[in-house]
Amino acid sequence: MKFTRTTAQLNWIYAWLLLSPALIMLFAFTHYPAIVTLISSFFSTPRGKRPAKFIGLENYQALINDEIFWHVIWNNLLYALATIPISVAIALVMALWVNGKLRGLGFLRMAYFTPTVLPLIAVANIWLFFYTPGFGLIDQIRNGLFGLPDQNLLGQTDTVLWAVMAVAIWKEAGFFMIFYLAALQTIPPSLKEAADIEGASRWTFFWRIIFPLLMPTTLFVSVNAVINAFRLVDHIFVMTGGGPDNASTLLLFYIYEQAFKYWQTGYAATLTVVLLALLSILAIGQFFFFDRKVHYR
Amino acid sequence: MSSSRLFNGSGEAISLQNLQKGWGGIRAVDGIDLEIDAGSFTVLLGPSGCGKSTTLRLIAGLDEVDGGRILIGGKDVTDQPASSRDLSMVFQSYALFPHLSVAENIIFGLKVRRVGRAECEQRLQDTADLLGLSNFLDRRPSQLSGGQQQRVALGRAIISERPICLMDEPLSNLDAKLRHDMRVELRELQTKLGFTMVYVTHDQIEAISMADKVVLLNEGKIEDAATAQEIYEHPASVFTAKFMGTPPMNIMPAAELLRAAPNAPLPPFSGETLVGIRPESIRLEDGGVKAKIHNIEYLGADTLIDCRIGDTACLVRVSGDIPPSGDVLSLTWPIEKVHLFDVASGKRIDTAYEKE
Repeated sequence: MKFTRTTAQLNWIYAWLLLSPALIMLFAFTHYPAIVTLISSFFSTPRGKRPAKFIGLENYQALINDEIFWHVIWNNLLYALATIPISVAIALVMALWVNGKLRGLGFLRMAYFTPTVLPLIAVANIWLFFYTPGFGLIDQIRNGLFGLPDQNLLGQTDTVLWAVMAVAIWKEAGFFMIFYLAALQTIPPSLKEAADIEGASRWTFFWRIIFPLLMPTTLFVSVNAVINAFRLVDHIFVMTGGGPDNASTLLLFYIYEQAFKYWQTGYAATLTVVLLALLSILAIGQFFFFDRKVHYR
Repeated sequence: MSSSRLFNGSGEAISLQNLQKGWGGIRAVDGIDLEIDAGSFTVLLGPSGCGKSTTLRLIAGLDEVDGGRILIGGKDVTDQPASSRDLSMVFQSYALFPHLSVAENIIFGLKVRRVGRAECEQRLQDTADLLGLSNFLDRRPSQLSGGQQQRVALGRAIISERPICLMDEPLSNLDAKLRHDMRVELRELQTKLGFTMVYVTHDQIEAISMADKVVLLNEGKIEDAATAQEIYEHPASVFTAKFMGTPPMNIMPAAELLRAAPNAPLPPFSGETLVGIRPESIRLEDGGVKAKIHNIEYLGADTLIDCRIGDTACLVRVSGDIPPSGDVLSLTWPIEKVHLFDVASGKRIDTAYEKE
């Protein structure tokens, strides 16, 4: 008995030793910063000879009164609500399309995936050319084909957010398509044949069979899409710098500006807490909401 | 079980006329002509790659024909999609929908065709009773054993009450015991419900035990099509003779056999001829053909003796309780059990000794 207990203890130590590299990384770069951020949000920004001092909820008070913050939150919500469903839907349609039997299938799949391989900075630069007023691709088409006047899509408060959304969707859809395509390839063709014999239309087959079987993928992809909607802001730097008039400022971009441009680290920490809370609620909600509807094989 | 309200009519006849189908230059189905009677149990049998599954898929309408015609109940359906051919099919993989319960799987087709809720329920209950699935209706396919999954696939096919049912090696994923039970059950089900069954298998035991008519395919062509007994006792070609029966029929060049054993009981023949004798037709008897024992395989009920008549290999099946002794056997066989085949064509040559 003594022998077995020692073995069990040894196994226990062994397990923790094996886990420790991953745990240390996780704590050092994820949990510790999150906790420190939460603590910092209750302190003032340290300056020169004046160290950080506990100010309670003052930062949160400032946040509630910050009109730009609410504008940024609204921007980000709109950005998320548009980019997530559209990129996921386009990904699914593209995957269904390239899952069939077509000529030049390999080329088509590659073409769809290319935007994913490119760095977002490069993608933003390409789209900057598309959007350039006067001689950019979009204005070339507007002028040449329809005789419409030039338009500065990135320079107007009412179009700029949509313009940066288009870039994000273009970039993300191909990536999500790969997951959908992989999932579609695992669905045996005999299911389609069985449904055909029963006389199920394509539409019925898609909604009754394919879509439910893709639910695990949809969950995975949409969690990723949500995270990306709050995480990917590279193209904002390149294309708009958050302007004009904060019309394309997203939350993470705003945090960056507060922290490293204006050096308001206390306030930036408060904004970060809001971002973390938002992401946690969304992720947890997604899992609870979806999990009941997802069939895992 | 006896008061089933399920389909209880007659099946439809199927007629295949010069059916052609190729895959990238290979002629998988090469001119098949076949009449399948209404309400019959027809088995398409053959080695892998002989075109039996392709033929079934062509009948189902899952693949398009390259040439020829398919008639169901006298109506040309060659260009009709699978959904309008009014048939059901059981796939080798069962093709159950993994996210739907057993009940939803079975009534999938009824729902697609918008059959009323009450009738759906009624038919589901009848089918589940018939197949012994009543206790599993809420389960997912992954929670069932292989045999139960097989029944669900079967249920999905018979609940549609269609006059034709196609099956593509439906028992190949089951273990030997279950396969035997299902063979009996399938045959009973087909007789009771009366639909036309077209059944694909590579297993001759399934074919012999269930079929009204066995259609033996080889390289996309029909080698033989007859009742199991007919095909076993009067094989139309060397291929059929070798394919049907375990162990297969002994095929020996007639001239060589006669040279090694001048007293061998053979019907008269001329030219290049092959002799076929089933291992179970051969008896041990003094004063017969001399054969050297090469190997003995004891199988319990029987013993298989692999021996040599001259240089020609010959298998003999004798009862398991008479162990052969010595190195040399003396063999004989009834002359009416000898089959003759033409070397060039492989076709059967009828002999005068055969009993009708």
